[in-house]
Amino acid sequence: MSGANRIAGQGRLTPARTARFTFDGKTFDALEGDTVASALLANGVHLVGRSFKYHRPRGILSAGPEEPNALIDVSRDAARRQPNVRAPVQEVFDGMKVSSQNRWPSLAFDVGGVNNLLSPFFAAGFYYKTFMWPKAAWEKVYEPFIRRAAGLGVAPTEEDPDHYANRYAHCDVLIAGAGVAGLSAALAAAEAGARVILCDEQPEVGGALHFDTSVKIDGQNGYDWAQATAARLEAMENVTILTRTTAFGYYNHNFVGLVERVTDHLARPDKTLPRERLWQVRAKRVILATGSIERHMVFANNDRPGIMLASAARTYLNHFGVAVGRKVGVYTANDSAYEAAFDLKRAGVTIAAIVDNREKPGEAVLAEARKLGIEVLTGHSVVDTKGKLRVSSMSVVRNGGGSARAIPVDALLMSAGWTPSVHLFSQSRGKVAYDAASGRFLPGTYAQDCLSVGSCNGTDGLQATIEESLAAGELMARATGNEGGGKVELRGENAFEWTGGMAGTGEGAGIDTTVKAFVDFQNDVCAKDIRLAVREGMHSIEHIKRFTTNGMATDQGKLSNIHGLAIASEVLNREIPKIGLTTFRAPYTPVTFGALISHSRGELFDPARKTPMHAWEEAHGAVFEDVGNWKRAWYYPRSGETMHDAVNRECRTVRNVAGLFDASTLGKIEVVGPDAAEFLNLMYTNAWDTLKPGRCRYGIMLREDGFVYDDGVVGRLAEDRFHVTTTTGGAPRVMHHMEDYLQTEFPHLKVWLTSTTEQWAVIAVQGPKAREILEPLVEGIDISNEAFPHMSVREGKICGVPTRLFRMSFTGEAGYEVNVPADYGEAVWQAIWARAEPLGACAYGTETMHVLRAEKGYIIVGQDTDGTVTPHDASLSWAVSKKKADFVGIRGLKRPDLVKEGRKQLVGLLTKDPKVVLEEGAQIVADPNEPKPMKMLGHVTSSYWSENCGRSIAMALVAGGQARMGQTLYVPMPDRTIAVEVSDMVFIDKEGGRLNG
Amino acid sequence: MLLIYCPYCEEERSELEFRHGGDAHIARPTNIADITDEEFQDYFFLRDNPKGLIFERWRHIHGCGRFFNAARDTVSDKFVMSYKAGEPKPNLSGEPTATEKTVETYEATEGTAK
Repeated sequence: MSGANRIAGQGRLTPARTARFTFDGKTFDALEGDTVASALLANGVHLVGRSFKYHRPRGILSAGPEEPNALIDVSRDAARRQPNVRAPVQEVFDGMKVSSQNRWPSLAFDVGGVNNLLSPFFAAGFYYKTFMWPKAAWEKVYEPFIRRAAGLGVAPTEEDPDHYANRYAHCDVLIAGAGVAGLSAALAAAEAGARVILCDEQPEVGGALHFDTSVKIDGQNGYDWAQATAARLEAMENVTILTRTTAFGYYNHNFVGLVERVTDHLARPDKTLPRERLWQVRAKRVILATGSIERHMVFANNDRPGIMLASAARTYLNHFGVAVGRKVGVYTANDSAYEAAFDLKRAGVTIAAIVDNREKPGEAVLAEARKLGIEVLTGHSVVDTKGKLRVSSMSVVRNGGGSARAIPVDALLMSAGWTPSVHLFSQSRGKVAYDAASGRFLPGTYAQDCLSVGSCNGTDGLQATIEESLAAGELMARATGNEGGGKVELRGENAFEWTGGMAGTGEGAGIDTTVKAFVDFQNDVCAKDIRLAVREGMHSIEHIKRFTTNGMATDQGKLSNIHGLAIASEVLNREIPKIGLTTFRAPYTPVTFGALISHSRGELFDPARKTPMHAWEEAHGAVFEDVGNWKRAWYYPRSGETMHDAVNRECRTVRNVAGLFDASTLGKIEVVGPDAAEFLNLMYTNAWDTLKPGRCRYGIMLREDGFVYDDGVVGRLAEDRFHVTTTTGGAPRVMHHMEDYLQTEFPHLKVWLTSTTEQWAVIAVQGPKAREILEPLVEGIDISNEAFPHMSVREGKICGVPTRLFRMSFTGEAGYEVNVPADYGEAVWQAIWARAEPLGACAYGTETMHVLRAEKGYIIVGQDTDGTVTPHDASLSWAVSKKKADFVGIRGLKRPDLVKEGRKQLVGLLTKDPKVVLEEGAQIVADPNEPKPMKMLGHVTSSYWSENCGRSIAMALVAGGQARMGQTLYVPMPDRTIAVEVSDMVFIDKEGGRLNG
Repeated sequence: MLLIYCPYCEEERSELEFRHGGDAHIARPTNIADITDEEFQDYFFLRDNPKGLIFERWRHIHGCGRFFNAARDTVSDKFVMSYKAGEPKPNLSGEPTATEKTVETYEATEGTAK
């Protein structure tokens, strides 16, 4: 047998199929199908972890995803390690390594346990109150200390070697939960012909039928019926059943996220399998059959290992064949716990006593208990427990007083009733309603096309659940247009109907006590902490939650929310619905980052865009910079050169000889149609109808508010055809902006827009020898100065391939931009390079491009402008037509603030010390001795060392800048103040003669 | 993630394919150069931000590329309808849903407080 507490003849696992695993280095045997929790319990291990704050010994509380205590670290190998795994959810596989968390040096002896003794100092809100002063200590002392002490598990340090999959799915009806309700609903929907997806977080379907062996459906044992029903559904073409699959998030318009755990239970998973698969399901209708979760009882020292939920003990016995103790006590406010006692008793376990805090339990269970000879203490309560690393006794008193009787136990089962799992319903933005009669929050107002069925809907009774679910399944199938099939009928019987339930504290942990009666186990929140929070002024449940951290652990208050609410309600003397419930958020249970990001990691996280010349640039030693998603050649260092050396050399070479620059990333839009010029007249500040075919013009685009949005050179190829360029980063939004106006404001214009950014490779050839380089390669275009002056465009051929050749310059030198179809980009670049290199030209990158344009005062939209700059502010008034009756931004430009004196204007700055290079973003002031806060006049937008000028140059936005020419201003830096002189923005070739060279 | 009906493609498609385009039925004045500051303010800056029904523009940017209009409830995010650009604003009488008076979450209750 695998474990001394495994009871022969009990449970559904196959004794012959075993697996071995280690827990804190010790080897244990398990059966295939065991969870870590069931395998440890089979081996008599209850102590599994230490609590978060007080480091109290903790055991296994539950048999499901609500587990707050038994969080473990599971590893397959060094890289495949996951902390904070819930032991009752993780299936055992052969060879797995399990470690406990939050303890040092060992689980049984944990130094941090001293916190338990110091607990009077760690009351709710302790951190908020204590770590306030001195302020400076927060970053250096408090935060690092708290971060080290906090958190249960330790995150893995190695990269995750597994892969994850992502899948979209569509269906008529998605059913979350495959217990009695979910299976019944699935049957009805599937028989009606609906496309059904049925998912359940457990390895097998069945839900509560895992433990509830008194249920029979159509005469068959409930669990067997569930498996047979699943097989019947699986055989239907229109049904997909996903087990080990949690519906974790319910989003807008019936979009539901599921995560399927594919390999975490396998000893030797096929390497081709993903570890987990994310299902993004769009369902026409959703049925929530998520069941309910049993609550614990809140009493002093209710957290010792061996104290657990009654239904969990039943699961361990009836499904896993494990007795959680030999002498078991029960403390309950609800009938369901009795059935756990009955099952254990029949399996040969001694039941010490059932302590029921009600005077009148359900008559049927009481009679059965008497029949089985179990002592039932009605109107009694458990007020304390003893036992260091496992519970050893419970202390029982008659309600209302009297002396305590200590009853020895080695396990204590508890049940305060059942909380409907309305998490997904609440995530769907449905509003819960409080049902005072049963003391439960139930689905109230629906926000989406879904229905809740079974116990998550507050439906009690087996037959009622079945009938409600069958009806919902059929209704949803019909609602999605399915007309097939006949009626499904099912007959359920169970031994007992459960009554009872309570929320909040019981005897001995009431309002006048300070005992440690745990409400939230994982965050160590006791009933007294919630009361303290109320006394300190937290009256809304949201504040109480944050002050005490109740419900803020990884289990998200699945056990604690209702108790916390009831305790607050008692102290505040306000009804529960008046206090309200905190909102449930996705995910229902933790989801790995791996599942969420799937393949979007590494190189696929954010794919890089590369120009046609990228490979050449790489081969020639380019260092790249990221511009949006583009990889752009930044500079080309030669051996031994720093970036500064390389850029200086490139800058000199372009002005003295020539340079090649890859400008392919520029946005390009083809604007075509009889009204193309009129359209551009509206989109840009300039006039385009006056531009002759074969000529180019620099254009400025504004937003309606009058601020600069984009700029670029536009070439007119024909009366009805323009080649528009945009900034590299602006291409998509400019296209969108143009489409917006064309489709919705100027739909009468006959214009067609096409993005051609990726269709053209662009090679800028700039410098005195540019023409000499290109001339022999160009066919059919006379590129002499006279025939092809600055700001011209021609179509022809280069190196035998079609080209749109622009005569334009972003350097201030005579220059060309060779546009060729992208596929020819690299070949043409190589041909040009073969001519350029022997003449002494260089390839240059974006840094040199920036310096050269700054030497000429050419702005970069987005660097020298920031969305608050008008063309007038940027000294570009010449580009704003005064004759046009309309263009986008014409009215915005006249707004009072935009025509006001003293606006920030773009100017040049020359440092008094020519060697000093300003920092971009540095602030500018008039008087460096002014007391703080000083009046900021503006900031530096562009600043470089200009090798060609032999000094630093800068551009800046300065209040009233144009009127300050020649003035001395100051740039205060942390270590010094830099004096600068305001200048114009053209630092080289002020007359512009070189452009025509 | 929203599911949006494109009136040009005549299909419901995922929100991923669309881009939101702000309020619908705000026409750019044909005499925009001559309007007053107040008129420009109303046209360009001021929006209602209603709780409930809103008419807004969407663009099926990763589909047909067309702009269209839609009526959506800002509380439930439900689309009442979508229709082609240029079609008149539909007359959807009354408020979409009355505010629920059943038990609400704390956040919902706070949300209704002015």
